[in-house]
Amino acid sequence: MVVGSVAAIGAGLAAIGAGIGIGQIGKGALEGMARQPEATNDLRTNMIVAAALVEAVALFAVVVSLLGNNLGV
Amino acid sequence: MSLKRIKPLLAVAFSVYICFFCNSSFAQETPHHEAASTEAPDHKKEEKFDVASTILEHIRDDHNWHLWGHHSVPLPVILKTDKGFEVFSGAQLVDEHHEPVVYNGNYPYKSFEGKIKIVNEDGTVNEEASKKVLDVSITKNVASLLFTVLLLIIIFVSVANAYKKRGVTSAPKGFQSLIEPIIIFVRDEIAKPYLGDRYTAFMPFLLTIFFFIWINNLLGMVPFFPGGANVSGNIAFTLTLALFTFIITTVNGKKHYWQHIFWMPGLPVPMKIFLIPIEVMGVFIKPISLTIRLFANMTAGHILVLSLIALIFILNSLAASALAVPFTVFISMIELLVGFIQAFIFAMLSALYFGMALEEHHEEELVL
Amino acid sequence: MLLEINPLVLPDPGLMIWSAIAFFILLFILGKFAWKPIMKAIAEREKGINDAIATAEKVKAEMAQLQSDNEKLLAQAREERATILKEAKDIKDKMINDAKEQAKTEAAKIMAETQQAIENQKMAAVIDLKNQVGNLVVEVAEKVLRRELANKPEQENYIKQLTDEIKLN
Repeated sequence: MVVGSVAAIGAGLAAIGAGIGIGQIGKGALEGMARQPEATNDLRTNMIVAAALVEAVALFAVVVSLLGNNLGV
Repeated sequence: MSLKRIKPLLAVAFSVYICFFCNSSFAQETPHHEAASTEAPDHKKEEKFDVASTILEHIRDDHNWHLWGHHSVPLPVILKTDKGFEVFSGAQLVDEHHEPVVYNGNYPYKSFEGKIKIVNEDGTVNEEASKKVLDVSITKNVASLLFTVLLLIIIFVSVANAYKKRGVTSAPKGFQSLIEPIIIFVRDEIAKPYLGDRYTAFMPFLLTIFFFIWINNLLGMVPFFPGGANVSGNIAFTLTLALFTFIITTVNGKKHYWQHIFWMPGLPVPMKIFLIPIEVMGVFIKPISLTIRLFANMTAGHILVLSLIALIFILNSLAASALAVPFTVFISMIELLVGFIQAFIFAMLSALYFGMALEEHHEEELVL
Repeated sequence: MLLEINPLVLPDPGLMIWSAIAFFILLFILGKFAWKPIMKAIAEREKGINDAIATAEKVKAEMAQLQSDNEKLLAQAREERATILKEAKDIKDKMINDAKEQAKTEAAKIMAETQQAIENQKMAAVIDLKNQVGNLVVEVAEKVLRRELANKPEQENYIKQLTDEIKLN
C-alpha cells in the first residue's frame, strides 16, 4: 500500500500541473470567445485538442509513476 | 508570462520530478518476482476485495475472454520456443475457478497476470527459460483486434459499395451519411492543414489509423463480450501504430527535415552542436509520446470507470451505487469524447509529423 | 540496471506482431476497396457540387445580366416612347396650330375677297342705280319740263311768283 501511495503522490502532483494547464487553456479560450463570439466553434475545437494534449502530459507523469512500481499490487 | 507565474509552475514541476526519483529508487529495492510470488497465494486465500488487482485484471491482456461468472471463451495459445511452435487452448492454463494452473506442453507453462512463463518443478518462475518464449497467442486483445479489423472492413467496404451502387450524384444515405462527414473531417481537419497539396498520398494511412484507433476506443468502452478488451489502452498496440508513423516520417524525411535535426540552420556552430542530441532525441520522443498519450489516456479512462464501479465493493454497500453509477455514466460519456479526441489527435499529430518531414522550407514547430 | 517495469507499460511482442499484421491487412484492404473508391466518389461529388454551384452562379449572373439588359431596354423603350409621344404631341399641336393659322388666314382672305366682291357688287349696283336714277330723273325732268314749257303763261306766272318769293325772303 505504501508503494501505491507514492505513485498516487506523483499522479496527484501531475494532476496539479495539468489542472493549471487546462485552466489556462480554458481561461484563454473563454476570453477569446467573449471577445470574438463568432470564433466560438473554432476556439472550442482547439481548446479541446489543447486540453487533451496537456492532459496527455499529466498522463505521461502517471505512466512514469507506473514505471517504477506495480500500482500497489 | 511573468516570472511570478513561472515560479510556482517550476516548483510543481520540480516536485513532480523529485517524486519520480523517489518512485524509481524505491521500486528498485523491491524485486518484482518476490512481490509476485508472495502475492499470488495471498490473492487466492483472501476473500477481501482487492481493487487494484481486479482493475488490472480487467485492463490487461489474457488468454481467455471472460464473459461472466465462471464462463469464458478460451482462446488459442500459440507459443514459439526453441522447440518450435506449439498451439493449445487457453482453457488449459486455468482451472474451473479461473485460477492459473500449470500446463505441460513442451515446457511446463503457467500464466502470471496474463503473461505465460515457464515454471520450475517447485512452481517458481524460470526467468531464464521464459525469455525464450515468444507468445503470439490469439489473446483477448488480438481477438478484439481481429474483430475490429473485420468490423471496419465490413463497414467501409459496404460504404464504398454504396457509392458504387448509388452513384456520386445522389445524396449519401444510411451508414454512408454517417461515415462521409467523418471522412471529410479527417481530410479537411487533419490531412489538409498539415500536408497541404500532398495530402492524398497520406489519406489512406490517416483514415485507417483514425478509424482503427477510434473503433478500438469505442469497443473498449463496451463492457460486455465483443468489446471490453483494452486494445487501444495496451502499450503494444499504440507502440506499433506509433512505429508506423515514425517509419513513414523517417522514410519521407526531406533534406530540410534532416538538416533541421543535424545542422540547424541560422544558428552559431556551438549551438548547432548542442542542438543535435536534442533534435535526435526529439525524433524518437515523438513516436514515444504518441504511444504513451493514447495508451495512458485509454488506460486511465478504463481505470477510472472501473474504480468508480469498484467504489460499490470498497464501501461494501448497495447505497454506494447511487453515487457510483451516475458517476460512471458521466465518466463514460467523457471517455466517449476522449476516445474520439485521442483518435483525432493521434491522426493529427501523425499528419503534423509527416508535414514536418515533407516540408521544403518554412519554420517548424516542436510538438511532443 | 533497468527499472523493474510495470507489465502495464511493457509492450508485449506477440500483440505488437498481431497489431502490425492487423494494421497491414486493414491498410491494404481498406486502401484498395474502401478509401480509394470513397475518396474518389467524394472528390467527384464535390467536383460535381462545385461545378453545379459554379454553373448556378454563372446562370444567376447571366440572369442578372439579362434582367439588367431587359431593364435597360425597357427604360430605353420607355424613354423612346416618351420622346415619340412628346414629338407626336408637338407635331399634333403644331399641325393644329398651323391648320388654325391657315384656316384663319384663309378665312380672312375669303372674307376679304368676299367683302371686296360685295363691295364691288354694291358699288356696281349703286352705280347702276345711280345711272338708272339719273336717267329716270333726266327722263322725268324732260317730261316735266316738256309739259311745263308747253304752257307759257303759267311759266311766266311762276317766274313772277318766284321773284316775289325772293323778295319776301
